Amino acid sequence: MPTSTLSPVLEGELEALLEAAVSETPIEEAEAIVAPEQAAETPVKQLVIINWSGEYDKIMPTLIMSSAAAASGYRTSVFITFWGLLPFVKDQRRIVGESWMQKTLAFMQRPGISHLKLSKMNFLGMGPWMIGRLSRKYNVASPAELLEAAQALGVEFIPCQMTMDMFGLKRDDMIDGLGEPAGAATVLELMTQPNTASLFI
Amino acid sequence: MPAVDTSAPQTGAILLDAKGLKCPMPIVRTAQAMKNLASGQLLEVLATDPGAVADFAAWSRSTGNEIVTSSVEGGVYRFILRLK
Repeated sequence: MPTSTLSPVLEGELEALLEAAVSETPIEEAEAIVAPEQAAETPVKQLVIINWSGEYDKIMPTLIMSSAAAASGYRTSVFITFWGLLPFVKDQRRIVGESWMQKTLAFMQRPGISHLKLSKMNFLGMGPWMIGRLSRKYNVASPAELLEAAQALGVEFIPCQMTMDMFGLKRDDMIDGLGEPAGAATVLELMTQPNTASLFI
Repeated sequence: MPAVDTSAPQTGAILLDAKGLKCPMPIVRTAQAMKNLASGQLLEVLATDPGAVADFAAWSRSTGNEIVTSSVEGGVYRFILRLK
Protein backbone atom coordinates (compact mmCIF):
# COMPACT_ATOMS: atom_id res chain seq x y z
CA MET A 1 0.00 0.00 0.00
CA PRO A 2 1.64 3.27 -1.04
CA THR A 3 1.81 5.80 1.70
CA SER A 4 -0.13 8.95 1.02
CA THR A 5 0.97 12.37 2.17
CA LEU A 6 -2.56 13.67 1.69
CA SER A 7 -4.97 13.82 4.54
CA PRO A 8 -7.79 11.25 4.36
CA VAL A 9 -10.29 14.08 3.89
CA LEU A 10 -8.44 15.60 0.94
CA GLU A 11 -8.00 12.14 -0.59
CA GLY A 12 -11.71 11.48 -0.32
CA GLU A 13 -12.51 14.78 -1.99
CA LEU A 14 -10.08 14.07 -4.80
CA GLU A 15 -11.63 10.66 -5.40
CA ALA A 16 -15.09 12.17 -5.51
CA LEU A 17 -13.92 14.78 -7.99
CA LEU A 18 -12.31 12.12 -10.19
CA GLU A 19 -15.42 9.98 -10.16
CA ALA A 20 -17.55 12.96 -11.08
CA ALA A 21 -15.24 13.83 -13.96
CA VAL A 22 -15.28 10.28 -15.28
CA SER A 23 -19.06 9.91 -15.07
CA GLU A 24 -19.55 13.31 -16.70
CA THR A 25 -17.42 12.47 -19.71
CA PRO A 26 -19.89 11.74 -22.52
CA ILE A 27 -19.60 8.24 -23.95
CA GLU A 28 -18.83 9.52 -27.46
CA GLU A 29 -15.99 11.58 -26.10
CA ALA A 30 -14.59 8.65 -24.18
CA GLU A 31 -14.82 6.49 -27.28
CA ALA A 32 -13.07 9.14 -29.32
CA ILE A 33 -10.18 9.03 -26.87
CA VAL A 34 -9.88 5.25 -27.13
CA ALA A 35 -10.77 4.95 -30.81
CA PRO A 36 -7.54 6.09 -32.49
CA GLU A 37 -5.68 3.18 -30.95
CA GLN A 38 -8.35 0.64 -31.85
CA ALA A 39 -8.93 2.05 -35.32
CA ALA A 40 -5.23 2.01 -36.20
CA GLU A 41 -5.29 -0.90 -38.63
CA THR A 42 -2.40 -3.32 -38.82
CA PRO A 43 -0.12 -1.69 -41.37
CA VAL A 44 0.30 -3.60 -44.61
CA LYS A 45 3.24 -6.01 -44.59
CA GLN A 46 6.22 -4.98 -46.65
CA LEU A 47 9.26 -6.67 -48.11
CA VAL A 48 12.25 -4.59 -49.12
CA ILE A 49 15.19 -6.20 -50.89
CA ILE A 50 18.44 -4.50 -51.76
CA ASN A 51 19.52 -6.48 -54.79
CA TRP A 52 23.24 -5.83 -55.15
CA SER A 53 24.27 -8.98 -57.05
CA GLY A 54 23.91 -9.92 -60.69
CA GLU A 55 24.45 -13.67 -60.71
CA TYR A 56 21.82 -16.35 -61.28
CA ASP A 57 22.16 -17.80 -57.77
CA LYS A 58 21.60 -14.35 -56.21
CA ILE A 59 18.94 -13.04 -58.59
CA MET A 60 16.82 -16.17 -58.06
CA PRO A 61 16.21 -15.63 -54.32
CA THR A 62 15.48 -11.96 -55.01
CA LEU A 63 12.89 -12.82 -57.65
CA ILE A 64 11.43 -15.79 -55.74
CA MET A 65 11.04 -13.88 -52.47
CA SER A 66 9.72 -10.73 -54.13
CA SER A 67 7.16 -12.52 -56.32
CA ALA A 68 6.04 -14.72 -53.40
CA ALA A 69 5.69 -11.63 -51.20
CA ALA A 70 3.67 -9.76 -53.80
CA ALA A 71 1.52 -12.87 -54.28
CA SER A 72 0.94 -12.91 -50.51
CA GLY A 73 -0.24 -9.31 -50.46
CA TYR A 74 2.98 -7.67 -49.30
CA ARG A 75 3.94 -4.29 -50.67
CA THR A 76 7.23 -5.28 -52.26
CA SER A 77 10.14 -3.08 -53.33
CA VAL A 78 13.45 -4.21 -54.78
CA PHE A 79 16.24 -1.66 -54.92
CA ILE A 80 18.56 -2.74 -57.73
CA THR A 81 22.11 -1.50 -57.44
CA PHE A 82 25.68 -2.16 -58.59
CA TRP A 83 26.00 -5.62 -60.21
CA GLY A 84 22.32 -6.06 -59.44
CA LEU A 85 21.44 -3.49 -62.11
CA LEU A 86 22.81 -5.50 -65.02
CA PRO A 87 20.11 -8.23 -65.09
CA PHE A 88 17.54 -5.43 -65.48
CA VAL A 89 19.13 -4.16 -68.68
CA LYS A 90 17.17 -5.19 -71.79
CA ASP A 91 18.23 -8.68 -72.89
CA GLN A 92 19.12 -7.61 -76.42
CA ARG A 93 21.57 -4.90 -75.28
CA ARG A 94 25.05 -6.34 -75.73
CA ILE A 95 27.25 -3.36 -74.91
CA VAL A 96 26.02 -0.54 -72.70
CA GLY A 97 27.74 2.56 -71.40
CA GLU A 98 29.45 5.52 -73.00
CA SER A 99 33.12 5.45 -72.08
CA TRP A 100 35.46 2.62 -73.12
CA MET A 101 35.66 1.51 -69.49
CA GLN A 102 31.87 1.27 -69.12
CA LYS A 103 31.68 -0.62 -72.41
CA THR A 104 34.47 -2.99 -71.37
CA LEU A 105 32.64 -3.73 -68.11
CA ALA A 106 29.47 -4.58 -70.05
CA PHE A 107 31.55 -6.76 -72.38
CA MET A 108 33.03 -8.66 -69.43
CA GLN A 109 29.62 -9.12 -67.78
CA ARG A 110 26.93 -9.37 -70.44
CA PRO A 111 23.80 -7.65 -69.12
CA GLY A 112 20.24 -9.01 -69.31
CA ILE A 113 18.08 -11.43 -67.31
CA SER A 114 18.80 -14.27 -69.77
CA HIS A 115 22.59 -13.97 -69.56
CA LEU A 116 23.34 -14.62 -65.92
CA LYS A 117 26.50 -16.22 -64.61
CA LEU A 118 26.94 -18.15 -61.36
CA SER A 119 28.70 -16.63 -58.35
CA LYS A 120 30.64 -19.88 -57.98
CA MET A 121 31.41 -22.81 -60.26
CA ASN A 122 30.97 -20.68 -63.35
CA PHE A 123 33.77 -22.57 -65.20
CA LEU A 124 33.57 -20.49 -68.39
CA GLY A 125 29.82 -20.99 -68.64
CA MET A 126 29.70 -24.72 -67.93
CA GLY A 127 28.12 -24.17 -64.51
CA PRO A 128 25.30 -21.94 -65.82
CA TRP A 129 24.71 -24.38 -68.69
CA MET A 130 24.30 -27.29 -66.27
CA ILE A 131 22.11 -25.27 -63.89
CA GLY A 132 19.99 -24.23 -66.89
CA ARG A 133 19.60 -27.86 -67.96
CA LEU A 134 18.73 -28.95 -64.42
CA SER A 135 16.25 -26.14 -63.82
CA ARG A 136 14.43 -27.00 -67.05
CA LYS A 137 14.46 -30.70 -66.20
CA TYR A 138 12.93 -30.00 -62.78
CA ASN A 139 10.62 -27.33 -64.16
CA VAL A 140 12.06 -24.51 -62.06
CA ALA A 141 10.88 -21.13 -63.34
CA SER A 142 13.53 -19.18 -65.25
CA PRO A 143 14.70 -15.77 -64.03
CA ALA A 144 12.95 -14.14 -67.02
CA GLU A 145 9.67 -15.91 -66.15
CA LEU A 146 9.95 -14.95 -62.46
CA LEU A 147 10.75 -11.34 -63.34
CA GLU A 148 7.69 -11.14 -65.57
CA ALA A 149 5.49 -12.61 -62.81
CA ALA A 150 7.00 -10.28 -60.18
CA GLN A 151 6.28 -7.23 -62.33
CA ALA A 152 2.76 -8.45 -63.11
CA LEU A 153 2.08 -8.81 -59.36
CA GLY A 154 3.22 -5.26 -58.74
CA VAL A 155 6.76 -5.66 -57.37
CA GLU A 156 8.44 -2.29 -57.69
CA PHE A 157 12.02 -2.46 -58.95
CA ILE A 158 13.83 0.78 -58.10
CA PRO A 159 17.11 1.37 -59.97
CA CYS A 160 19.98 3.08 -58.15
CA GLN A 161 20.61 6.40 -59.88
CA MET A 162 24.24 6.58 -58.74
CA THR A 163 25.23 3.19 -60.20
CA MET A 164 23.26 3.83 -63.39
CA ASP A 165 25.40 6.94 -63.89
CA MET A 166 28.61 5.09 -63.06
CA PHE A 167 27.85 2.28 -65.51
CA GLY A 168 26.62 4.78 -68.11
CA LEU A 169 23.14 3.19 -68.16
CA LYS A 170 20.23 5.16 -69.61
CA ARG A 171 16.56 4.60 -68.74
CA ASP A 172 16.17 3.30 -72.27
CA ASP A 173 18.81 0.60 -71.64
CA MET A 174 16.71 -0.76 -68.79
CA ILE A 175 13.65 -3.03 -69.08
CA ASP A 176 10.20 -1.42 -69.08
CA GLY A 177 8.16 -1.02 -65.93
CA LEU A 178 10.93 -0.05 -63.51
CA GLY A 179 10.30 2.56 -60.83
CA GLU A 180 11.87 6.00 -60.78
CA PRO A 181 15.63 5.80 -60.13
CA ALA A 182 16.37 6.73 -56.53
CA GLY A 183 18.98 6.56 -53.80
CA ALA A 184 19.86 5.42 -50.31
CA ALA A 185 17.42 7.70 -48.45
CA THR A 186 14.49 6.23 -50.40
CA VAL A 187 15.51 2.68 -49.43
CA LEU A 188 16.05 3.65 -45.79
CA GLU A 189 12.58 5.15 -45.63
CA LEU A 190 11.07 1.93 -47.06
CA MET A 191 13.12 -0.29 -44.74
CA THR A 192 12.04 1.55 -41.60
CA GLN A 193 8.31 1.32 -42.24
CA PRO A 194 6.40 -0.80 -39.70
CA ASN A 195 5.83 -4.50 -40.51
CA THR A 196 8.71 -4.51 -42.96
CA ALA A 197 11.23 -7.25 -43.64
CA SER A 198 14.45 -6.20 -45.33
CA LEU A 199 17.00 -8.32 -47.17
CA PHE A 200 20.37 -7.54 -48.73
CA ILE A 201 21.17 -10.01 -51.48
CA MET B 1 1.51 -39.81 -62.09
CA PRO B 2 -2.20 -40.59 -61.67
CA ALA B 3 -4.32 -37.72 -62.85
CA VAL B 4 -6.91 -36.06 -60.66
CA ASP B 5 -10.37 -35.95 -62.16
CA THR B 6 -10.46 -32.30 -63.20
CA SER B 7 -13.68 -32.69 -65.14
CA ALA B 8 -15.79 -32.11 -62.04
CA PRO B 9 -14.42 -29.13 -60.14
CA GLN B 10 -16.18 -27.82 -57.03
CA THR B 11 -19.41 -26.10 -58.03
CA GLY B 12 -18.67 -22.62 -59.25
CA ALA B 13 -14.92 -22.91 -58.72
CA ILE B 14 -12.47 -21.69 -61.32
CA LEU B 15 -9.78 -24.30 -61.98
CA LEU B 16 -6.08 -23.47 -61.88
CA ASP B 17 -3.78 -26.28 -62.96
CA ALA B 18 -0.42 -25.68 -61.26
CA LYS B 19 0.73 -29.29 -61.60
CA GLY B 20 4.46 -29.55 -62.28
CA LEU B 21 5.18 -25.98 -61.16
CA LYS B 22 7.85 -25.38 -58.53
CA CYS B 23 8.05 -22.77 -55.79
CA PRO B 24 7.04 -19.95 -55.96
CA MET B 25 4.95 -20.41 -59.10
CA PRO B 26 1.90 -22.18 -57.55
CA ILE B 27 1.14 -19.21 -55.28
CA VAL B 28 2.24 -16.69 -57.92
CA ARG B 29 -0.20 -18.15 -60.45
CA THR B 30 -2.85 -18.38 -57.71
CA ALA B 31 -2.45 -14.69 -56.85
CA GLN B 32 -2.66 -13.82 -60.54
CA ALA B 33 -5.80 -15.94 -60.99
CA MET B 34 -7.40 -14.40 -57.89
CA LYS B 35 -7.12 -10.95 -59.45
CA ASN B 36 -9.92 -11.93 -61.82
CA LEU B 37 -12.21 -13.28 -59.09
CA ALA B 38 -14.86 -11.50 -57.09
CA SER B 39 -15.01 -11.63 -53.28
CA GLY B 40 -16.40 -14.99 -52.09
CA GLN B 41 -15.63 -16.79 -55.36
CA LEU B 42 -13.85 -20.13 -55.25
CA LEU B 43 -10.60 -21.14 -56.92
CA GLU B 44 -9.58 -24.76 -57.22
CA VAL B 45 -5.81 -25.24 -57.45
CA LEU B 46 -4.10 -28.49 -58.41
CA ALA B 47 -0.42 -28.78 -57.56
CA THR B 48 2.25 -31.47 -57.37
CA ASP B 49 4.88 -29.54 -55.39
CA PRO B 50 4.85 -31.02 -51.84
CA GLY B 51 6.10 -27.62 -50.58
CA ALA B 52 2.79 -26.15 -51.72
CA VAL B 53 1.03 -27.57 -48.64
CA ALA B 54 2.97 -25.38 -46.20
CA ASP B 55 3.09 -22.49 -48.67
CA PHE B 56 -0.66 -22.35 -49.28
CA ALA B 57 -1.28 -22.45 -45.52
CA ALA B 58 1.12 -19.51 -45.00
CA TRP B 59 -0.28 -17.70 -48.02
CA SER B 60 -3.79 -18.09 -46.63
CA ARG B 61 -2.75 -16.64 -43.24
CA SER B 62 -0.94 -13.74 -44.95
CA THR B 63 -3.68 -12.80 -47.37
CA GLY B 64 -6.79 -13.75 -45.38
CA ASN B 65 -8.09 -15.87 -48.26
CA GLU B 66 -9.58 -19.06 -46.89
CA ILE B 67 -8.54 -22.63 -47.67
CA VAL B 68 -11.96 -24.29 -47.84
CA THR B 69 -10.63 -27.79 -48.38
CA SER B 70 -7.23 -29.31 -48.91
CA SER B 71 -6.71 -32.89 -50.04
CA VAL B 72 -4.19 -35.12 -51.76
CA GLU B 73 -4.76 -37.95 -54.17
CA GLY B 74 -2.12 -39.80 -56.12
CA GLY B 75 0.52 -37.14 -55.54
CA VAL B 76 -1.75 -34.30 -56.65
CA TYR B 77 -2.69 -31.70 -54.06
CA ARG B 78 -6.09 -30.08 -54.44
CA PHE B 79 -6.85 -26.80 -52.69
CA ILE B 80 -10.21 -25.09 -52.80
CA LEU B 81 -9.63 -21.43 -51.97
CA ARG B 82 -12.15 -18.71 -51.27
CA LEU B 83 -11.28 -15.11 -52.10
CA LYS B 84 -11.91 -12.92 -49.04
